Amino acid sequence: MRGLRGRRGGRRGDAAGPATTPLRAVAPADRFRFSDLLGEATADIGSRPGRLVTTIIGTVLGIAALIATIGFAQTAAGQIAQQFDATAATQLSVTPATADTTGGTTVAAGVLPWDAPARLERLAGVESAALLAEVSLPEVTITAVPVNDPSQAPVAAPPVYAASEELLDTLGGHVATGRFFDRGHDARGDRVAVLGSRAAERLGVQRVDTQPSVFIDGIPYTVLGVVDSYAARAELLNAVVLPTGTARADLGLTTPGDAQARIAIGAGPQLSEQAPLALAPDDPESLEVSAPRGRSDLGEDVQADVNGVFVILSLVVLLAGGVGIANVTMLSVVERTGEIGLRRAVGATSRQIAGQFMAESVVVGLLGGLIGASLGVFSVVGLSLARGWTPVLDPWVAVGGALLGAVLGLVAGGLPARRAARIEPVDALRGGT
Amino acid sequence: MTASPAATTAPLPAGAPEPAIELRDVTRSFPGPPEVQALKGVNVSVADGEYVSIIGPSGSGKSTMLNILGLLDRPTVGEYRLGGVLTSGLGEDERAAVRARQLGFVFQAFHLMSRRTVLENVLLPMLYAGTPRAEREPRAREALERVGLGHRLGFQPGTLSGGERQRVAVARAVATRPRVLLADEPTGNLDQATSAEIMALFEELNDDGLTLVVITHDDGVARRAHRRIRLADGRVSSAA
Repeated sequence: MRGLRGRRGGRRGDAAGPATTPLRAVAPADRFRFSDLLGEATADIGSRPGRLVTTIIGTVLGIAALIATIGFAQTAAGQIAQQFDATAATQLSVTPATADTTGGTTVAAGVLPWDAPARLERLAGVESAALLAEVSLPEVTITAVPVNDPSQAPVAAPPVYAASEELLDTLGGHVATGRFFDRGHDARGDRVAVLGSRAAERLGVQRVDTQPSVFIDGIPYTVLGVVDSYAARAELLNAVVLPTGTARADLGLTTPGDAQARIAIGAGPQLSEQAPLALAPDDPESLEVSAPRGRSDLGEDVQADVNGVFVILSLVVLLAGGVGIANVTMLSVVERTGEIGLRRAVGATSRQIAGQFMAESVVVGLLGGLIGASLGVFSVVGLSLARGWTPVLDPWVAVGGALLGAVLGLVAGGLPARRAARIEPVDALRGGT
Repeated sequence: MTASPAATTAPLPAGAPEPAIELRDVTRSFPGPPEVQALKGVNVSVADGEYVSIIGPSGSGKSTMLNILGLLDRPTVGEYRLGGVLTSGLGEDERAAVRARQLGFVFQAFHLMSRRTVLENVLLPMLYAGTPRAEREPRAREALERVGLGHRLGFQPGTLSGGERQRVAVARAVATRPRVLLADEPTGNLDQATSAEIMALFEELNDDGLTLVVITHDDGVARRAHRRIRLADGRVSSAA
C-alpha cells in the first residue's frame, strides 16, 4: 500500500483528517493467505457429491489402473524372483546323460570322473562341489540293532547315498548333532555314516556320543552325526550317507553318480557350458547339466510385457480424467460467474480468483488420485490374495499415484482458472445469481 | 453542469473536508463502431457522510457511473478521486485493495453465495479486506444484528425472503466498515414494503455516518436521499 500513499495528490497532501489516510498496511496474519485460498477452494467441493463423482471418476480409474499395472508387474516379478530364491539360484548339478536301450531301459551314456569336485572347483563361479551317488541296495536291511527279528514286519530300508566330504558345504546342510565325515574317512574307506534327521528317527538313533552304529547288510557303520537340514536336495534327510570311498570298498559303488555344486548367483548359464568340458573333455555331450537360468531374462520379460500394454491404457484413461476435471471446472467457472464478480467487487484480485479455481482443481485431482491409488493397491492385494501370491508394491508408487492426481488437477485447472481470472466484475455482476 | 457547490473545479479552501468521492470531467466511451459515450464530462462530488442518489432512465449511464465509482471500470478521460486519492494511477491489485477496504457494494441481484450460510456470506469480504482475524466474526455478527438478522446466522440465503437477502447483502457491505456504500438498484427485486425496509435501513446507516450512493431508476427511492443527481444521456442534467 506504500505505492498508494505515494500517489496521493500533491495538491491536497497537507490536508488532515481521515481523508488523507487511504489505506493502512495490513498485518501479515490478516492478509489473504494460502490457507484462506484453500478454505475458499474446498468449501464447495463436497456440496455436490454427484458432480464430484463425475469429475473425479476418470482420474480415479486412470490412477487405479496405473497403480494396479505397476503393482501387478512388481508382484509378478517378485513371484518369479521367488522361484529364483537363493538356494535354487546357486545349485548346479551334473548328471551323466542317459540313453534308451533297445530293451526299453535307460543306461547312463557317460561317466563322471572321481575327481569331479576338484575339477569343478577350479571353475570360476563354483564355490563348492561334491559327488553324490545313490547306492542301490535291493533287499538289504538297514537297522540300528543287529537283531534279526523274524516276527517284525519288513520295512523299506532308508536309501543309501555315497558322497564326498564337501557335500555338507555344497548343499548348505546343518549338522544337528555329531559331525560330518571328512576326507580321511573317505580316503581310508572307514565304516562311518551320517544320517539324515528323518532316517535317524526311523532307525532310533537319537544321540551320537554313545557311538551308535547302523547295520547295512549286517556290517556296522559308526554314526558320526545327524543332519537336520539341507538347503537343497532335502530328500537326503531320509537317507544314510556314506563316504564315497567306503561305498566303493564295501558296497561296490562303481561310478560317482552326480556332481553337485554350489555356484555364484548368475553363474548358471556360463557354468552349464563349462562344467561338461571340465568333467568330460573328450565327450562333453555325455553329461547333462541342470543349472539355474540367469536371473534377468524371465523376470524382465514378464515385467516389460505387463507394463507396455497397460501403462499406455492407464495413461489414456488418465488423460480422459484430466479432460473431465478441466470440463467440470470450466462449467463451474461459468456457473459461478456471479460469485466471481462479487469476489472481485469485494476486493479479490484476479490472481486470487485464478488461485481459488486452481486450488479447487488440484484438490479434486488429489482426491481422485488418493481414491485411485487406494483402489489400485486394494486390487493388487486382493488379486494376490486370491492367487496366493505375495503382493509387492513400492509404497512410493502409491504416494506418487496420489500426487500424480494432484498434478493432473493442476494442469487441468490451468485453463478454467485463466478464464475465471479474466472475468470482468462489471459483466459478471450484471448476471442474475 | 456542476452537481453541487462542492463539486466545482476550483480548489477547495485549505482545511475544508475532503470529499469522499470526486469525479472531474469524467468521460467513459466504449470503442465502437459506433463509439458510444456512456458518460460525457461528468463532474460529481459527494461529501463524507452524504446520502446521494443517482437517478436516470436505463441507458443514461447510471451503471457505467457505478462501475467507475466502484473502481470496477476506469474513466476514459477525467479524474476520479476516492477520499482524495487519485485512482487513475492505481494498478489492478491496488484497486482491488481499495475496493475491499473503502467500498461496500449492494446489488440488485443480491449476489449471495447460495451454498454458504448467512454468516459466511457476511464474512467473505473481510477475507480480502485484511480485517484482523479475531474481529471478523464479531463484526459480521454485529453487522447482521444491525440489519435485524441476528437470528438468521446459520440460514442459507435460499431460505430467506428477498428483503432479508438484501439485508444480508447490506450487512456484508458494511461489515468491512467501508467509507462509501454503493448500491445499484438495491430495491429492484423487492416489493414496496421490503423496499421501504431497506430504504429505512439505509437512512439509519447514513445517520451513523456512512456515505451512501444509491443508483436507481425509481423516483420514490431516489427522493429519500439528501441529494439527487439526475443522469440523462451520459450527462448530469440536474441536481436537487
